[in-house]
Amino acid sequence: MKREIPLFITAAIGLFMILSFFVPHQLVSVPADFLQQCAIIIVAFGYVLGGANVLRVNFDAIYKRQSGWPYKAVLVGALLVTVIIGITDGAGWQDPPTRSMWIYNNLYSPMQATMFSLLAFFIASAAFRAFRIRTLEAGLLAAAALLVMLGRVPIGNYFTQWLPHSLHLGTIQEWIMTIPQNAAKRAILMGAALGVMATGLRVILGIERSYLSGEE
Amino acid sequence: MGLLSRLEKLDRRWLYAILAALVIGPMVRPLYFPLEVSAPVRGFYDAIRQVPDGSTVLMACDYDPSTRPEMVPMTMTAMRQLFDKHCKVVVTVLWNGGPGIVDQTLRRVASEYPDKRYGVDWVNLGYKAGYEAVMVLMGQGIANAFPVDYGNHRTNDYVALPIMQNVRDYSSFPLLVSISAGYPGTKEWVQQVNSRFHIPMISGSTAVQAPEFYPYLQSGQIRGLLGGMAGAAEYEKLRNERGSATRGMDAQSLAHVFVALCILLGNLVQWRKRRGVAA
Amino acid sequence: MSLSHDFGIWCGALLTLCIFSFLYKDNPLYKFAEHLFVGVSAGYYIVLNFWTVIVANLVNPLATAFAPGGHPFHGQLGDYRAFLIVPGVLGCLLFTRLFGRIGWMSRWALAVIIGVYAGLKTTGFAQGDLVAQVQGSLQPLWTGRVGDSISAILFTVGLICSLLFFFFSREHKGALGAASKVGVWFLMVSFGAGYGYTVMSRISLLIGRFQFLLEDWLGLR
Repeated sequence: MKREIPLFITAAIGLFMILSFFVPHQLVSVPADFLQQCAIIIVAFGYVLGGANVLRVNFDAIYKRQSGWPYKAVLVGALLVTVIIGITDGAGWQDPPTRSMWIYNNLYSPMQATMFSLLAFFIASAAFRAFRIRTLEAGLLAAAALLVMLGRVPIGNYFTQWLPHSLHLGTIQEWIMTIPQNAAKRAILMGAALGVMATGLRVILGIERSYLSGEE
Repeated sequence: MGLLSRLEKLDRRWLYAILAALVIGPMVRPLYFPLEVSAPVRGFYDAIRQVPDGSTVLMACDYDPSTRPEMVPMTMTAMRQLFDKHCKVVVTVLWNGGPGIVDQTLRRVASEYPDKRYGVDWVNLGYKAGYEAVMVLMGQGIANAFPVDYGNHRTNDYVALPIMQNVRDYSSFPLLVSISAGYPGTKEWVQQVNSRFHIPMISGSTAVQAPEFYPYLQSGQIRGLLGGMAGAAEYEKLRNERGSATRGMDAQSLAHVFVALCILLGNLVQWRKRRGVAA
Repeated sequence: MSLSHDFGIWCGALLTLCIFSFLYKDNPLYKFAEHLFVGVSAGYYIVLNFWTVIVANLVNPLATAFAPGGHPFHGQLGDYRAFLIVPGVLGCLLFTRLFGRIGWMSRWALAVIIGVYAGLKTTGFAQGDLVAQVQGSLQPLWTGRVGDSISAILFTVGLICSLLFFFFSREHKGALGAASKVGVWFLMVSFGAGYGYTVMSRISLLIGRFQFLLEDWLGLR
């Protein structure tokens, strides 16, 4: 019963949500609305669970004095301070002069932006060391990449402004995006849609059970 | 040691330094490369232009600080265009890290329009967990999904938020503006809202995502598309603004040329090496 | 040049430089900033979801429902009153995952989420990504202008060949093999275009950080 009840819940709710797409009657729409409200609340609990799990894992590492434990103490300290400040700031915690928003604006925001900006350096390094053109297909990929990269920025049109408009790098880039790129992307989109529909039905019908992790 | 041999052994930190210099240089000394406006960006601009003056528009700002350089200029320029048409704006956020930066961005634009008041001309409904479930829930009633706004005012309190008096569900909006950085974002708005509730949509997205949305653009599911910082810069040009996106395009140009050279030089080095081995 | 006097901007700038120091090599400053970021992020997400969903969408409506005159079981569309106990209990059951022996109870909450999103995604992809895309593909091949017509034919050929590439129920030989090959070419062009746009996106993020350091911190604009 520890697996059968969740499978039944998934099947019933999944089929009901599909039905709600086609049937606007309130006998269907009101329960569907309620289920969506439930999902929103459970997802929010999930985020809190995630934070609790981070605490548990790192407390464990600090207790066992694993390698790098001082940094994990920084992590745990930052987490606890942020949560305590956020809770004590009250329901208006997002109004600009609060301590929570100071943490958001001066710690969270710049660090998150910088973490992602490191990728620019890695992409340049990878372009030099790993981008190898050895086949016709790789050559097509590289040619498209170069044309799009240069055509998408002003310098591409600047260097080709002496050519007819249809031969400007920007025009070529736009044609690549609208015709060949679009055709392939649409094929991928349609194929992925069929895959998602199949997987969704497999989950709803209980054929796919990987979300029920555990032995029981 | 020949040049190509030296390039083969080049420490990648030199590449980082060159890239940093090429990005910083144009910020200190702008080059003013001319921008040309592309059709998808013009479609975005025209879609807002065609909205009746004074309408209430839904703006979904689904991003966080990691994509600030691409998303914030789009949000600001779109909001200015809507305010210039005396449209009212209802904003939602579905990304965890987004509410703060979205609120700051909206307030920055609102401060440029002293006659626009919060709760009357614009409202930030804040963040809600739940991805697509929130989008579909809003279809039964915006206030159902967002019982309070970003500032913790009740959305059924029409004294504090008069704008919400005429906001029921998606039928209250002639246009949905999706400024999105990933999941959930434009794709989910197209699948769950445009498909189900048939609200016209336009999208401003990160450059990583933009190629994925060309099929939606071609099929008419979205009527305009801003792709990345370049799209934001072209939109600023249409609006005769010189914002941070436009200021960043010179650096973008030089960086792209550098990456293109890296691809070509890297392959040249490897080709010469293979020829040398074969000989 | 006028340096910022804002302590917060100095914190942001110094943390930015700590993270950038990773480009030289991994070092304690980077590790400190990285762990600080993870801790602050996790804490922020907890607080955000607590106030914006758990309190706003659960606790407050329940409090109103059980207040005097609240009619707790007179729910209606959008106002579910006491029925919100159900998601509240399910959300709490999620935490049983942290305790091995009773962790199976969290599956009920997961089953609700999986059921809702499986249903939403199935219909969303079907309508938005399949039906609408097939409709959008049915375009006239002759538009009256030679250039546009060639593009339309190329688009249709590319779409069909790319779709055929993903048909793995038959071996890619003969006509199917040739069509798949053409499909691969279109796919490569698509991946190349995607790579170009990805480069643009990553460089933009770097530009944003340097704009912060040069303009907000060092006051160079």
